[in-house]
Amino acid sequence: MNGESAVRMQNETGTDHEVKVRFQNVSKHYGDVEVVHDVSFDIREGDFVSLVGPSGCGKTTMMNMLAGFVKPNSGEVLLEGKPVEGPGPDRGVMFQEYGVFPWLTVEKNIRFGLDLAIKRHIPKDERRQITEKYMNLMRLSDFRNAWPKNLSGGMRQRLALARAYAANPHFLLMDEPFGALDAQTRSDMHELLHQILQAERKTALLITHSVDEAIYLSSRVIVISARPSRIVESIDIPFGFPRDKSLLDSREFIDLRIHLREQVMKQYAEQQALR
Amino acid sequence: MERLTEFGWRLLPFVVVIALWYGVRWSGLVDQGLLPPPHLVFADIWQRSVEGTFLIDIWMSVRRVLLGLLFGMLLAVPVGFLIGWDKRIRRFVDPLINFFRALPPIALIPLAIVYLGIGEVAKVAILFYAAFFSGVIVMYEGMSQTNPLFIRVSRTLGATDWEVFSKIIVPLTLPHVLTATRVALGVAWATLVASELVAAQNGIGAVIQNASAFFNLTTIYAGIITIGFFALMMDTILRWASRQFLDWQEREAQ
Ligand SMILES: Nc1ncnc2c1ncn2[C@@H]1O[C@H](COP(=O)(O)OP(=O)(O)OP(=O)(O)O)[C@@H](O)[C@H]1O
Ligand SMILES: [Mg+2]
Repeated sequence: MNGESAVRMQNETGTDHEVKVRFQNVSKHYGDVEVVHDVSFDIREGDFVSLVGPSGCGKTTMMNMLAGFVKPNSGEVLLEGKPVEGPGPDRGVMFQEYGVFPWLTVEKNIRFGLDLAIKRHIPKDERRQITEKYMNLMRLSDFRNAWPKNLSGGMRQRLALARAYAANPHFLLMDEPFGALDAQTRSDMHELLHQILQAERKTALLITHSVDEAIYLSSRVIVISARPSRIVESIDIPFGFPRDKSLLDSREFIDLRIHLREQVMKQYAEQQALR
Repeated sequence: MERLTEFGWRLLPFVVVIALWYGVRWSGLVDQGLLPPPHLVFADIWQRSVEGTFLIDIWMSVRRVLLGLLFGMLLAVPVGFLIGWDKRIRRFVDPLINFFRALPPIALIPLAIVYLGIGEVAKVAILFYAAFFSGVIVMYEGMSQTNPLFIRVSRTLGATDWEVFSKIIVPLTLPHVLTATRVALGVAWATLVASELVAAQNGIGAVIQNASAFFNLTTIYAGIITIGFFALMMDTILRWASRQFLDWQEREAQ
């Protein structure tokens, strides 16, 4: 059964590039303020798409529409062809504010998604192993019994990531997931994310302010304008996977970075003028 | 040793107050007949406990307070929860609750006597009233500040409605229940004397009222101190329980 479907995956070359998510002329306003204006783009199976744009431009709002917490005023967000109805465990979300449960220890936070009814079919032992795995990957094992109030900002962020990964969603939606990390940890997290995506073939949407991070992690980078969000530019990143840090020093990487920075800076300046 | 020092610090303010009490008495600022000395008050408590019915009075009062608190909170928790949850319900009920809460319990005594008689029911009902209205406000003001982020997170992990309730909302509600209970307990003790005005048969409030009829200041003070003592003990127990259950909470003051 498993072998059969694996064969089919390999034979049909189209499967790998199937459109999974489609933003179709999506607009959103809060009261009189338009936040997203007529945005259209696709996310294909296995894509890693980054959104880069100035603060307050509407990136989180776009992610929330895919996560199922916000409905567009016009246009549609389609998930595997159907409009998004609400949140679901197929789309793991790492929120900008982390949302770590303060009343649960580190270990129980990571386990939370695994102990829900939808995951009860997984044997208890296996659930424990999965928890251990992500606790180790995020280097939280020494704090397994700690309360979140005693963790640093970076540790809380890693905890939120561990919890999202452990539930094994098909889509990973991450809202500035590495913002509170120091440069070294951040770089470690990039490698880790590469590893996980490589091993588990997930489809990802990342919101970030770092152009370098966006290029290094993504298969596509979308530059978002000052409010209301429009797509300024959508660039396919020409580097294959797996990637390693030597990429950061390559000519192509640096050219791409210079170009994208310029684009992003323009939008940041415009957003500044809005206030 | 550390615990002993801690205990000492807690006791110190009372020692200071008693010292001031003696000080005022000896300074001559107040007529000595109007301010019995502390040792006579404590002796009065002792004597009434050993020779009289004071222990029964204490027990009756404690029982009334606990019953009023129990029934009050049994209603305040679900009602406060619902009001806190729904903005529309809150807008409708908030003025009503503040109106009823503002009524002094003493004003309700005639009504309690007319409808409920002069037995235990009327007394407990007044305490229930006081506990409910103070508890429900704390409950819904706390609940209305519940961060929707945690519910969102649980939804993205696949939580069902029941799981959102049992795994997110209940743990978020517990701190408010404990705070509301503490507030309601304090208010119930503060209302005790009034509730025992219904008919001064027994209870600490009754002791105080009977003493006042004879202008027996020593016993009045004995009653007041006893009420304060038990209110403080119960509050300490609740605080201790909060600390056990709510270790995870960030403490604002510390
Ligand atoms: N629920 C809401 N009600 C009203 N306005 C909102 C709401 N959510 C977002 N906004 C407004 O919409 C705009 C875009 O918000 P959003 O959070 O999507 O920005 P962002 O691009 O994620 O910014 P940042 O990079 O700072 O996280 C902001 O001006 C914000 O104030
Ligand atoms: Mg945001």
